[in-house]
Amino acid sequence: MPATSYREALRAAHREALQRDARVFVMGEDVGRYGGSYAVTKGLLEEFGEARVRDTPLSELGFVGAGIGAAMGGMRPIVEVMTVNFSLLALDAIVNTAAALRHMSGGQFGVPVVIRMATGAGRQLAAQHSHSLEVWYAHVPGLKVLAPATLADARGMLWPALQDPDPVLIFEHAQLYNLEGDLPDPAPVVDISRAAVRRAGDDVTIVTYGGSLPRALAAAGTLAEQGIAAEVIDLRVLRPLDMATVLASVRKTHRVLVVDEGWRTGSLAGEVMARVAEEAFYDLDAPPARVCSEEVPIPYAKHMEEAALPLPPKIVAAARALRQSA
Amino acid sequence: MNGSVPGGSPGAAGVRRGEALSRYAIDPAAHGREFCLARLADMLRVRRMEERCAQLYGEGKIRGFLHLYIGEEAVAAGVMPNLAPVDNVVATYREHGHALLRGVSMNAIMAEMYGKQEGCSRGRGGSMHLFDRATRFYGGNAIVGGGLPLAVGLALADTMLPRPGAVTVCFFGEGAVAEGAFHESMNLASLWQLPVLFVCENNLYAMGTALSRSEAEIDLTKKLAGYGIDTGHVNGMNVLAVHDAARQALAQVRESRRPFFLELHTYRFRAHSMFDPELYRDKAEVERWKTHGPIHTFTDKLKAAGLMTEADFQRLDAAAMAEVDAAVAFAEAGTWEPATQLGRDVTAP
Repeated sequence: MPATSYREALRAAHREALQRDARVFVMGEDVGRYGGSYAVTKGLLEEFGEARVRDTPLSELGFVGAGIGAAMGGMRPIVEVMTVNFSLLALDAIVNTAAALRHMSGGQFGVPVVIRMATGAGRQLAAQHSHSLEVWYAHVPGLKVLAPATLADARGMLWPALQDPDPVLIFEHAQLYNLEGDLPDPAPVVDISRAAVRRAGDDVTIVTYGGSLPRALAAAGTLAEQGIAAEVIDLRVLRPLDMATVLASVRKTHRVLVVDEGWRTGSLAGEVMARVAEEAFYDLDAPPARVCSEEVPIPYAKHMEEAALPLPPKIVAAARALRQSA
Repeated sequence: MNGSVPGGSPGAAGVRRGEALSRYAIDPAAHGREFCLARLADMLRVRRMEERCAQLYGEGKIRGFLHLYIGEEAVAAGVMPNLAPVDNVVATYREHGHALLRGVSMNAIMAEMYGKQEGCSRGRGGSMHLFDRATRFYGGNAIVGGGLPLAVGLALADTMLPRPGAVTVCFFGEGAVAEGAFHESMNLASLWQLPVLFVCENNLYAMGTALSRSEAEIDLTKKLAGYGIDTGHVNGMNVLAVHDAARQALAQVRESRRPFFLELHTYRFRAHSMFDPELYRDKAEVERWKTHGPIHTFTDKLKAAGLMTEADFQRLDAAAMAEVDAAVAFAEAGTWEPATQLGRDVTAP
């Protein structure tokens, strides 16, 4: 199996999409000549030309909205937004138009656009480049929200997202781009409807996604050394949530911990916990628990940023507390 | 063609608030009786439909927001006959007239206002969200300026697919010019050389805020110089002036595959919506503008030119009324979608 990286897997997915479907094009800030702010699209301009690898001005509302219009007009755009923080400038186009259009047109118009963006902290980029706001989008009916956390998903999620007749948002945690590993060739086909069990265990279920998956797996390794077998579930799809996979695990372990880099209040973690409580309350041996980001704008100083994030020591501590309660 | 619109009379461009609009008359005879009567009929259909909508609102048959186009009919009636089926239309929440004159049936529009599933958006959209795939009518957008990036994207798709000859016409009010979406869209459309006709319906008020109270530069066409987009502006109360200006502008867009900005000076005779007490403008101002009403001035002109008799007018008006009666009957007979289908069309099946 050839060695690759998360970034290269994404690039390979883009290349495949551009080759397979003439309606596909990529647009966003610095996706062309610069090669992509995270170098995902590096080399694609030379390969596919300026029309299909389209540099945009710094106009998030304009070019995301144009991507939505182009999708309605018959194209299959992949719109790259540099970070989720910047996507807030396009929130109107995504929420008021892309998400609502099929329903408010009585089913006449769909918006088959894919909007990708980086999310998350960990690189000392402070409070305007580090937040995890994917839950804002996961709140909205009409959107599908994906969070690839593995090489296989980085490689495999884009094509099915492009086949989806509705808007799909893909959140790539910025700390994952350098993730390295092996990926089979040809790349495995992945679905974009189900969560995945990334590590099996019987004692506690850790539910997470995106950039928190490696942290949760690291914590599970530590817990195993301490005699606690954690089952780690990668949500993969943040909307609609695949609760069946989560509930099956919870019914086995009877304990659930959710790890989410979003802020605690109004978090995706809160939603998962609520659904577990609604649907599997009597299977639980302890109250659902969560580890989220502290409720502060992400700070610059390294030790302060780390203090704000749900890093493995916090996950281990929370899982141990959960194991010991009730 | 910055600053003027060939095809209209020279005086048709440059109309400013306060000037006597009637002196920018365009000769109806040059357009022929049949054409002129068709434009009058179009305006009457919109007017009579909306007058009935206002009445139905009072009766509680139509709810939500209802934004009437009354007074502005010459804009849609002048622009739409220039479009081909291949073209895209993007409009605002004051779009009943645009939908109707693009070819959406009055039955489907009225049923939509009623919230019936026979409506053009299955009752999911209402007055502000009329959509129709068959006529490439892309709404019905109720975020001010929200339709502009959509229009840019539709034109981008037409350029890339490609769909040769297709243009996108995007209607918006002067209030949208204050939005970032306007400026981002103008830049993109020009930068990427996209075939969009931007039609600015300048009715002088963004809800209740006068243009002069919200824009540092009230000559809107000046803003387009910064984007390298050609502009024209014309009396939006004169259906023939609108028609000729739009025809010329569209010809340029089709030929050059570049955007064009056409500003139409018009006026809303009714309140912004049914909730608007109109505290922001004088009744005298409204009355003054009503003397320039697009329907009666055109009617008078056609009669004076000997192109139409009172009997002709009565016949057109009766036909419009009959169409409205039929549309109301259709809407009344329409059915409510079962609430069990609430989740339908949130995502594709």
